[in-house]
Amino acid sequence: MSRSVTLSRKTLNSLSPQASAEYPASRGLHRFAVFTAASTFCLIVAGALVTSRDAGLSVPDWPLSYGQLMPEMVGGVFYEHGHRMIASFVGFLSIILAVWLWRREKRRWVRNLGWAALGAVIAQGVLGGMTVLLLLPTPVSVAHACLAQLFFSTTAILALVTSRSWNRLDAQSQPRAPETSGPSLPALCVMANCAIFAQLLMGAAFRHKGIGIIPHLIGAMVVVAIVFWLLARVARRYSGVPEIFSWTMALNGLVMMQLVLGAGAYWIREATRDAVQPLWPMVAITVGHVALGALILAVSVVLTFQVRHVFGRRHESFEPQGVPVTT
Amino acid sequence: MRIWKTVPGWMMVGLMSFALACGGGGGEKGGDAAEPAGGEAAGSADFVTVDPAKAATVTGKIKLNGEAPAMPAINMSAEPDCKGLHQSAPPAEVVVASNGMLQNAFVWVKSGLNGKFQPSTTAVHLDQKGCIYQPHVLAVQVGQPLSITNSDPTTHNVHPLPTTNREWNKSQTGGGAPIDYQFPRQEIMIPVKCNIHPWMRSYVSVVDHPFFAVSSADGSFTIKGLPAGTYTIEAVHEKLGSQETSVTVGDAESKDIELTFSAS
Ligand SMILES: [Cu+2]
Repeated sequence: MSRSVTLSRKTLNSLSPQASAEYPASRGLHRFAVFTAASTFCLIVAGALVTSRDAGLSVPDWPLSYGQLMPEMVGGVFYEHGHRMIASFVGFLSIILAVWLWRREKRRWVRNLGWAALGAVIAQGVLGGMTVLLLLPTPVSVAHACLAQLFFSTTAILALVTSRSWNRLDAQSQPRAPETSGPSLPALCVMANCAIFAQLLMGAAFRHKGIGIIPHLIGAMVVVAIVFWLLARVARRYSGVPEIFSWTMALNGLVMMQLVLGAGAYWIREATRDAVQPLWPMVAITVGHVALGALILAVSVVLTFQVRHVFGRRHESFEPQGVPVTT
Repeated sequence: MRIWKTVPGWMMVGLMSFALACGGGGGEKGGDAAEPAGGEAAGSADFVTVDPAKAATVTGKIKLNGEAPAMPAINMSAEPDCKGLHQSAPPAEVVVASNGMLQNAFVWVKSGLNGKFQPSTTAVHLDQKGCIYQPHVLAVQVGQPLSITNSDPTTHNVHPLPTTNREWNKSQTGGGAPIDYQFPRQEIMIPVKCNIHPWMRSYVSVVDHPFFAVSSADGSFTIKGLPAGTYTIEAVHEKLGSQETSVTVGDAESKDIELTFSAS
C-alpha cells in the first residue's frame, strides 16, 4: 500500500468534501476520549477485584458508603469503595465527554454515541447499586459485568472515531477486494463481536455462579475459530492495510493470551478452593482474565469499525442508493 | 450501508433494555421485606411438652478418623486493626480436632420427632472478637433470638447466606448496638460471613425443635429433654460432610452414641 499520510487540508477537501466538513475533530477531544477509555479499563480491573475479593457486600449501603462519602478503607471496603470512587470518576468523565461531543462534534452518530455512553454508565451505576442492595443476585451481577464490557467498547470507539488517523482516512477510502465465497469481512467482524460478547456473558454467568463452565469452554472454541478465520482472510487479502491487519493481529494475540489466562484462572480456582481467604495469585489471574476479555471485545469492535471505515465510503459511492452491499 | 449508521443507536437501545430487563429480573430477591416473626403462629396449647422426669438424653462423641489437616494461620497482615488484636496469627477453624475428636460438628435430631416445640426465648450469642466469629458453629431454634455483637474496635458487616431463609447484610461498628435476629425457617449450617474480612466465617443452624448441640473440643455433645422414641441423629460438619445414625431411647433413658467422620 503506498499512500501518502501527509495530506494537506486542501487535498483533503478536494478528495472528500464530506470528510472535511466533519473535520477538524479536536485533538483535545480525542485525548480526552482516550483518557476516558483508559480510565474505564482501570474501572473494569477495580470491579473485577471487588468480585475476586468477595468484597461487593463489604459496604452494605448505596449510594453512600456507611452513610458517608469516604468510609474508612479497611479490608473489603478498600475494594468496594475504591471501585465506587473510580466509577464516579468515570461517570464524571462521561458527562464531560458527552457534552464536549455535543458541542464540538459534527457527526451526529458520534454525538449520539457519546450520549449512549453516558446513559450506559448511569445505568451501570444503578446496576452496581442494585447488586449491593439486592445482595448480589446473579442476573444483576452478570448484567453489571456485561454492561461494563459494552461501555468500555463504546469509549474505545469514541476514542477511535475522534482520532486524527480515522478522520484522515475519511478522505481516502479504498476499494475492497472482491469477496470470493463465504461471509464478507464485515460479516466476519460482526460474528466475532457477537461470539466474544456471548463469551463474556457466559464467563460472567460462570463467575457469578449462574451456569457451569462448559458453555464458556465451547464459547472459547467458537471465538478462536472465528478470529482465526478472520486472520486467514485478512492475511490473504488485506495484509497491506495496516488499519485492518494490525487490529486483526492484536485480536488474535489477545485471544491466545486469554486462553492461557482462562485455563490458569480455572485451574487455580480449583486448586485454592479450600483457602480460608482469597489468595493473591488467584485474584491476579482471574482479574487479568476479566480485564483481557474486556480488551478483546473492544479490539474486535474497533476492528469492525475500521473495516467498515476503510472500505465503506468508496463502496457506498459505487452502489445504487438503498441497496445494502455488505452483510 | 444505512444499517451501519444506526449502530450507535441500537447499541444504546440494547444497553438500556438489557440493563432494565436484568435489573427487573433481580428485583424479586429483595422483595421479601417483611421482618421474620417467631416461627409459624401456633397456640401454646399445640406445643409438645416433655415431662422432665421422663425426658431421655442422647450423649456421644464425634470422632475423626485419620490425620486432621493442618490449618493454615489466618493472614491478617493487610488489616492492622485485626492483626493488632492477636499476639500471633490464629489458625483457621475449618477442621478443629485433637486426639481424634472433632470439634464444631453440628449434631441434631434430624427425624423422629412429632409435633411442635416451643421456641426458647433465651438469646444465643454470636460475637465478633479479634476479627473472628465466636463461636464458629452455633445453632438456634426457629424463632429463638440470635444476638450478634461486635467486641472489636473495627467495623464488621454481618452477612448470612441462607437459601431458604432471607439473606441480609448489615454493618456493625465496633462496640455498636447488637443485631438481634430470629430466623423463621429451619435451615442447617447457614454460612455467616463478613465481606470486609474475607477469612471471617461462622455457621448458624436453625432448627424447628430444641434437640441439637455442637460438639465441643473433646468431640462430646449432649442432647437433653427428648421424649421417648426412635430418632435419626445427624452430625454435620462444614468441610467433612455429614454422618448419621439411629438411636432409640425410652422414658428417662440415656444413650451414648458415636459418629465418625473421615479426614480425607
Ligand atoms: Cu469483619
